[in-house]
Amino acid sequence: MNCAEFSSLKHAHADGELDLIRSLEVEEHLSACPGCSGERDNVQIAKTVIKTPGMYFQAPHHLKARIRGELGLEGARTNRAPWWRLTGLRLAIPAACALVAVALVLLGLTWNSREKQLVREVVASHVRSMMVDHKTDVASSDQHTVKPWFIGKLDFAPPVVDLAGRGYPLAGGRLDYVQNRPVAALVYQRRKHFINLFVWPAPYDAAFSERIAEVDGFNLVRWTRAGMEFWAVSDLNKSELGEFARLVVGNDPVEADGNQENKGGNTNPGTGLK
Amino acid sequence: MDKQDKRDRFEAAVMPHLDAAYNLARWLARDEHDAQDIVQEAFLRAFKFFDGFHGENSRSWLLSIVRNATFTWLQKNRKSEILTVFDEETHRLDEESADTRDSIQQADHLLVRQAMENLPAEFREVMILRELEGLSYKEIAEIIGTPVGTVMSRLARGRKQLLGALAASLKQEGTL
Repeated sequence: MNCAEFSSLKHAHADGELDLIRSLEVEEHLSACPGCSGERDNVQIAKTVIKTPGMYFQAPHHLKARIRGELGLEGARTNRAPWWRLTGLRLAIPAACALVAVALVLLGLTWNSREKQLVREVVASHVRSMMVDHKTDVASSDQHTVKPWFIGKLDFAPPVVDLAGRGYPLAGGRLDYVQNRPVAALVYQRRKHFINLFVWPAPYDAAFSERIAEVDGFNLVRWTRAGMEFWAVSDLNKSELGEFARLVVGNDPVEADGNQENKGGNTNPGTGLK
Repeated sequence: MDKQDKRDRFEAAVMPHLDAAYNLARWLARDEHDAQDIVQEAFLRAFKFFDGFHGENSRSWLLSIVRNATFTWLQKNRKSEILTVFDEETHRLDEESADTRDSIQQADHLLVRQAMENLPAEFREVMILRELEGLSYKEIAEIIGTPVGTVMSRLARGRKQLLGALAASLKQEGTL
């Protein structure tokens, strides 16, 4: 990919509208081109400055009452929860899944109760590791140092990938405790942001699924892969955390077998747009 | 469709999207009172045509009605706004240094709001639908009735102008 091609795809890339293959090509170009990385940052900023609570205008209550009155909806049903809390329930039909996915990214997910508890635990672990400045038990940027360190401490071997070349250097690993079991926490860095990647064996044989959410200002991406459950938590922006997740997936051995159909996104090599 | 049944269905499918409708109208009209009138009118229209709605995406359906109602209203009441031709070159972010980016990122939301409100309505609407409603290009294209490519190019131009305008006002403030 050259700079002109990147330029034509940078918005679709920032908006998550590219398929996996095209997206990886863009990442590859970005890792080698500082000029285009600057362009990417510009797009990202233009997106994030709009996405703040102060920019959303909520309908005044009296408008709702006025419309209900006009339409004779009064008394139809009262005491409804605001729509954003119901979004996940209302649209829980397969055909609306795509919409739900984007809506939930923006509005916070309606997780099932296990996930809700996990979200809390994982975010708390992340915050704790930042607060007490105990990010790592083993501080190393070398995956061949970090991975063996877990041997004997866990009853599974967490996959450890090196993403330094992609702008997410490994900072180390530590033991953590989530869902009443010891888990691996791998710590990666992106500029001044830290990413905690929690890994443990998936409790059931879940198919690959990726979800992304925002909780208390932290972004989370969760997926399961090759029998492992992964949770990435960071104060990093969603787009880059999503990229990080894709890189982790893209670097694991399962993906190398060409097994990409589970990655979500419709592949359309023609335009690269989903 | 039974009348009460229609009301119940409308209540369940359309009323939950009142905030999205108001947010879009408010951004396009740039005035809260006008936005309220527009939204009320749009809801009356939506209710009237609700019998003919059989799709699954009631939010997109409603937003499409709201944006059309808003543009009709703007056409009638503030014709000059729509016809304004914007000179893209006046709003350009020249040298995007990391410092410039940091300052823009930390800009006060009122400044951002003002810069957004100065963008052409066509750019504003795709940016709002994308960032604040989290809609995909395809959904936005359906709502505003353009090809997906148009959505992308409006987003691109809108974002560029927004950054340029923000850099300009920060410079004026002396922050940059």
